[in-house]
Amino acid sequence: MPTFFEKKQLVTPGELLAEGDYMPGENTYKEENRIYAQRVGLVDAENKRVNVVALRAFYVPKMGDIVIGQVTEVGFNGWTIDIKAPYSAMLRASDVLSRPFKPQNDELSQVLNTGDLIVAKIASYDRAHDPQLTVGEPGLGKITRGQIMRVTPTKVPRVIGKKGSMISTIKQETGCQIILGVNGVILVTGKTPADEDLAMMAIQKIEAESHTSGLTDRIAQLLKEEKSKMEEKKDE
Amino acid sequence: MNDKPEKLIDKKGIRLDGRKADELRPLKLQVGVLPNADGSAYIEHGKNKILVGVFGPREMHPKHLSLSDRMVIRCRYHMAPFSVQERKSPAPSRREVELSKVIRESLEPSVFVDLYPRTGIDVFVEVLQADGGTRCAAITAASLAIADAGVPLRDLVVACAAGKVDDSVVLDLYDLEDKVGVADVPVAYMPNLNAVTLLQMDGVLSPEEFETAVNMAVEGCKKIYLLQKEALKTRYMTVKEEVEE
Repeated sequence: MPTFFEKKQLVTPGELLAEGDYMPGENTYKEENRIYAQRVGLVDAENKRVNVVALRAFYVPKMGDIVIGQVTEVGFNGWTIDIKAPYSAMLRASDVLSRPFKPQNDELSQVLNTGDLIVAKIASYDRAHDPQLTVGEPGLGKITRGQIMRVTPTKVPRVIGKKGSMISTIKQETGCQIILGVNGVILVTGKTPADEDLAMMAIQKIEAESHTSGLTDRIAQLLKEEKSKMEEKKDE
Repeated sequence: MNDKPEKLIDKKGIRLDGRKADELRPLKLQVGVLPNADGSAYIEHGKNKILVGVFGPREMHPKHLSLSDRMVIRCRYHMAPFSVQERKSPAPSRREVELSKVIRESLEPSVFVDLYPRTGIDVFVEVLQADGGTRCAAITAASLAIADAGVPLRDLVVACAAGKVDDSVVLDLYDLEDKVGVADVPVAYMPNLNAVTLLQMDGVLSPEEFETAVNMAVEGCKKIYLLQKEALKTRYMTVKEEVEE
């Protein structure tokens, strides 16, 4: 029962990873008794389970995920939301208004209009139906301030870091509030646009270098350097 | 086309462009060249220059083309007006429509289409310069571009042609050999699964010659596959190296 890779090795789709008594994990598949990779990524084995951490993938909706989306269409009894997934999501008017909803009385575009950004949770999704969203929880709803950026969805865990180490470093150093959509859309809200730019720069660096080690320390150092530069400018 | 050469292979077995019978043209592959596409690749195969951009998976437009149980793959093979000696009309020709279908069908077995029902991916193949064997080069690049878009694949697809020129079977025909030669056999192949996804023949071959041609093309595919894998890895390795310096 051999394996054909070293830990954290970069593999391409179709590469043979293991033979024999192994289980296919994320981004791998099994044919006869051989395990192959499905995507470009880094391999790892854990208790006979072979996983590939994908370097390139798209977001697939999952129930309970917090996502950030944009209103693309105002319909009769709800909105169509682009959540940067292969499927567009629906948000029902009754969910937002939290009272009985009559199309004659309410003008939906006054609540949310095309182009508006929202933070929402995926209420339901399966193969046969497009995802349904909900905003009926604290922290969810229309975004009124801050800046939006996108990263590859597979890199969101990397932006969070081990037990949230990376994200808390950025929050501390920049004083920004950061909401991470599992779909790879990130909302950064800070006191000044300069703070937001700094946080966004750090996140961009994480995305570009996500498959390297010692990243948290390098990001912390970068943020400190940039901050001192900003303060020098203020003093002048 | 009146200056047709009498012999395409000399006495020593060297072809007109200086290659041996089982030698490939020089190849260059690059992944992630178009930031606006979800996935992209560029290939230079001899004098062929081909760009491929992939969009998706996304909702199908128009909606009625979507399938409720699987993903739809659409492909457009297009030759730029300046890609050949005589200006080619930019309107899709009969040949281009057929090649679009052939490329799509050779890529389809490699994609896990049943994972994402009701969606579609679009593969745009743009031939910037053509010199024989564009369908094979296009398939090789398109498979890379699909992998770059993050679509789950069973295997990469590699394609290569073999054919008969004068009296012998040779690998990877270029434009002149393709036009003057006796036969052309393009083969697309999934190297890890040892499966053929495209097999065409144009011309006349004996059963024995056909077999040698197919085997030769598969060997060529295996060589190209190494470069293809390399190209995909390079895209992500460069970042790693920059940081480690």
